[in-house]
This record gives sequence, C-alpha cells and structure tokens, in this order.
Amino acid sequence: MSDKVLMKGNEALAQAAICAGCRHFFGYPITPQTELAAYMSKTMPKIGGTYLQAESEIAAINMVQGAAAAGVRAMTSSSSPGISLKLEGISYMAGADLPALIINVQRGGPGLGGIQPSQSDYDLATKAPGHGDLHILVFAPSSVQEMVDLVSHAFDSADKYRMPAMILADGLLGQMMEPVVLPEKAKEPSELPKKEWAACGHEGERKHNIVNSLYLQPQELEDVVKARYERYAKIEADEQMCEKYMTEDADFVIVAFGACSRIAKSAINIARKKGIKVGLIRPITLWPFPVDALKEAAKNAKAFLSVEMNMGQMVNDVKLAIECKKPVEFFGHTGGIIPTPAEIVAKIEKMQEEIK
Amino acid sequence: MAVFKKPASLAEVTTSYCPGCPHGIIHRIVGECIDELGIEGKTIGIAPVGCAVMAYNFFNCDFIQAPHGRAPAVATGVKRSLPDHVVFSYQGDGDLAAIGTAETVHSATRGENITVIFVNNAIYGMTGGQMAPTSLPGQITQTTPYGRDVKIAGYPIKVCEMLSTLDGVQYAERVSVDCVKNAIQAKKAIKKAFQNQIDGKGFSIVEGVSGGPTSWGLGPVAALQWSRDNMRAYYPLGVYKDRDTEDKTND
Ligand SMILES: Cc1ncc(C[n+]2csc(CCOP(=O)(O)OP(=O)(O)O)c2C)c(N)n1
Repeated sequence: MSDKVLMKGNEALAQAAICAGCRHFFGYPITPQTELAAYMSKTMPKIGGTYLQAESEIAAINMVQGAAAAGVRAMTSSSSPGISLKLEGISYMAGADLPALIINVQRGGPGLGGIQPSQSDYDLATKAPGHGDLHILVFAPSSVQEMVDLVSHAFDSADKYRMPAMILADGLLGQMMEPVVLPEKAKEPSELPKKEWAACGHEGERKHNIVNSLYLQPQELEDVVKARYERYAKIEADEQMCEKYMTEDADFVIVAFGACSRIAKSAINIARKKGIKVGLIRPITLWPFPVDALKEAAKNAKAFLSVEMNMGQMVNDVKLAIECKKPVEFFGHTGGIIPTPAEIVAKIEKMQEEIK
Repeated sequence: MAVFKKPASLAEVTTSYCPGCPHGIIHRIVGECIDELGIEGKTIGIAPVGCAVMAYNFFNCDFIQAPHGRAPAVATGVKRSLPDHVVFSYQGDGDLAAIGTAETVHSATRGENITVIFVNNAIYGMTGGQMAPTSLPGQITQTTPYGRDVKIAGYPIKVCEMLSTLDGVQYAERVSVDCVKNAIQAKKAIKKAFQNQIDGKGFSIVEGVSGGPTSWGLGPVAALQWSRDNMRAYYPLGVYKDRDTEDKTND
C-alpha cells in the first residue's frame, strides 16, 4: 500500500486527477480553489502535461471541450461564480456526449457572494447545469481521501457514460488538510480506453468524426435527447452512492453531504448519548440521488432532517425520494456560516417534541 | 491536362449557403489548401455559430461544432491535446469579433498555433441580418433601421489591424474573393496560414471581406459591388502582420 501523505483538499484533487491519467487542465483563478490550479501549474510541465490559464471560465471550459472532443482526459476547476460562466460549455458538452471533469469548490452566492464555504450550488449542479434537457454526474466527497477516490471514479464514469462529471466540493474541504493514500499505481494517458468517436484526425482510415450538438429537425433532436435520457435512467438505477451511519434503528435520519455530513456525524454522536436515535444518510452521488437508500430508511424512520450549507435545496430531493411519506425538515446556514453540532442536536430535539 | 474537380477534402453535398454568398468560394479555397498540403487526415476544423455552423457537413476532415464565439478556445483545447495535428476555426464577424472577442484576442496573444479563417460580411447572416461588430457606419440592418449611428452603436472593429498589434500573432492578412485575381491572392494567404501552423510558427488569421447578398437585401452581383464600393475603404486588403518579413527586416 502507498504511504500516507498530508495534503490539502485542493491539492489532493489535483494530484488525484494526474494519477487518473489527466494531462490537460484549463482554468481561471478564483478563491477557494486556488491551490488546485497552482498545483497543476507546478506539476503539469514536469510530466509533459498542459496547464493553461485561460482568459475566463468561458474560455477554460471550451478548452476542456476541445480537449475532450479530441479524445483526451481533460478537466477544469473553479468556484461558484466561475461555474455560472461554465454552464454554456457544460450544456454543449452534454449535448455532444463529451466526458470531462469539472470541479466546483463552492463558495457563497448569489452574485459575488462571499469566499467562505457553501453548498448553494446544489440545485445548479443537480437540476440545471446548463440550458436544455440534461444531467451531469455529480459527486460530493466529504474528506480529502474521498476527494482522491472520487476524482478517478468521476473520470471513469464520465468516459463510460460519455457525459460531463462534477465534483461538488466546498471551501472547507478544499482548504482542509488530512492524511491521504494516493493510488498505488497512477494511470498513464496511454492506458486509458481509446475513444472511437473523437475528432482527432481520421488519418484516411475512417469516415470523418463530427462532434456536435446541433439537430435542426425536431424529431431528430427529440430522438437524440430521448436516447440520452435512457442512458440517464440506467445511471439512476446503477450508480447511486451513499454512506449510511447508524441508520438501522434510527428514528430520525439526517441527510447531509460533503462538509455538512461531518458535522452531522458529530451531532449524531451527541444525540445518541442523550438517548435520541439519530442516523445519517450521506449522498455521495448527488446526481443520481441515492433514492433507494432513502426509500428504505423511510420505512422505519419517524422523520428526516436535511442539513445543508444553503437555504434548503437538497431537502426537496429528500421529500421526492421518500414521496413525502414522513415529515422532512431543513436546517442550515448560508453565506459561509457552518452549522454546529449543537444547533443540529437542538433541531432534532425540537423535532422529537413535535412528533410526540 | 488538369481537370477542374471538387477538392477531395470537401464533401459531396450541397451547402446551405445563399446563392452568391462567398462562403462557398472560401470553403473551396480552404479545401484546395488542405488537399495540396496533404493534411486532411490530420486536420480538425472548428465550426462557429453563424451561417457556417454546418461546415462540419461540408468538409471531409474531422470537425467540432463550438458554442457561439468560442471556436478559438475549442481550437486551443484540441491543439494542446494534439500538437502535431492541424486545427483551424472558421468564423463569422459576430462570432469572432463580438461574442468571441476575448477568445480571439487571447488565442492570438498566446500565439496559439492555429489557423483562423475569418469571414467578415458586416452582418449577422444566420439570425436574419442584424448589426454586426463590423457593420459600417450608416449601414442599414434589421437592428439599425436608420443606419448604424456611431454615436449610439459605436464604430466597427478592424480585426486585422487590432490583432496585428499583438506580439503573439504570426500572420494577419485581409483578402477578398470578389474576382479571380483576389481569389488567387486569398488562396495564397490561406495556404500560408496553414503552412505557418505546420511549421509551428503560431497564430495566423486570414480575414475575407465577404458579402451577404440575402441579409443585405441585394442580389449576388450587386452584393459583390456593394462590398467593393463600401467595405473595401473601411477594410483595406493587404498583409497587416507577417513575422517572417518582420524578422528579415530586423536582421
Ligand atoms: C449564445 C448565443 N447567442 C446568440 C445566438 C444567436 N446567433 C446565432 S448566429 C448569430 C450571429 C452570427 O453572425 P456572424 O458570426 O457574423 O456569422 P454569419 O451568420 O453572418 O455567418 C447569433 C447572434 C446563439 N446561437 N448563441
């Protein structure tokens, strides 16, 4: 096994991408993802890779699009305001069935918002990551180790399903230092599966490849989108990921992802000492949402509590997942304020009162 | 005896361009250059959003359709991934000099080793004839029905002049295809713009002063004449930058 190293979340994301065979990074500076791009700018030239600072997030995502269309593993990283600018490119990539990795180290919004951690791009990532009918894969790590593990999984899944993938992190995880184990054997770009559809020059050996999202005939466009939605349905069935913590006997199930889930775990430990049976479902994939685990939990739980660093976005997916069969409440802070375990316990105690 | 044929790198299809539109001639010239340089198999074209959006159907090389204005950024991504391949974008004036100005200027100043074919028709053709960044002062369009008033809508952008100030640009030439003589010069320029890339020299752009017979509300012949009479004074033909000759004078 590889040795443990102490790494900042942002740097671990970068190194994990390199270990996953990514040699093309395009970005534009923004807090709090700064260390990721800096790491790439230092490392890529040494390993024959590309680090390019684009003139904007719009340019960066389109450089990713070009690289992805040419058949290589490519990525960009940004934070919330920059992600707004990338949505056009993400939509085009979804429409042209292009795989790529987008990292969003979220900060508070709307507008310029703030630079402290936030989860307020949940809806953006899972509901409307661009114009049109589309989905992207969305992964939510909750530790530096999981950031490392999910980067490689996100790249592989993006390739498998030919669609963009996003790692939805936040400023807390990006800035945090934890020990991690990097993959024992890094992948070389040459080991990655070949992409027969790529626009990489036909060399006189095949018909020309076209990477395109334009279909002027309504029937043709509907057929293409419907075929893509069949793929999405398969992903929803096969790719849900979540962690369960003390859910077996839980009367109250907290649903929380990313940094919030760590705080929720502390809250659960406190509540358990007080004799309240609380558990956690931590979605690791936000799209597809872990509906099956929630449905299962709804059989025995009395109520659900969605804890988020926003004004209540995932809470709606929890309600949908359990078909409103049990009460679902929300607790959270926004603007960069991080909920405390004590606040969460107080909320659970209040819910307990109300249910009695 | 040479037989007049369609270039092999152009597809056997009918284009979607309006009768009399210079896009067809410029496509043919690009096709001839790709054939003569023997690069079809390693060329990747980037189609814009504009009348040339479906260029991917008209060429036989690999193609990518880019978002409006982003072709140079997409081209950058391809070129950085496949440095031994040939990458060209084919863009209109709205695409290149309005919504995509940042992408154009920055790929140019980076000296990105790509070839840009820029078709300046002084109008937004695809959307039905609105003012373009290159529409002339006084020019009547759908959105300047009283003529382009520079006090309100500002002045046209002279792309070759602007880009020639950037150190990263290898070559910038403005051409026309309104007559055989000019078309021959246009071909020389486009071939050079591709050759520069093959030789690793950096960013090359060829601007074709074109015409939009339908959007201008003129017939093909009248459109050519309007282009000569009005556009040529504002957009003089010629070489605006060529580092090859600059380097020589510096020796
Ligand atoms: C983001 C975005 N904005 C606007 C449009 C609508 N649109 C399509 S083509 C075009 C203008 C193209 O003009 P130009 O680049 O001059 O090319 P031409 O059609 O004249 O060849 C516009 C505004 C679009 N497709 N996407």
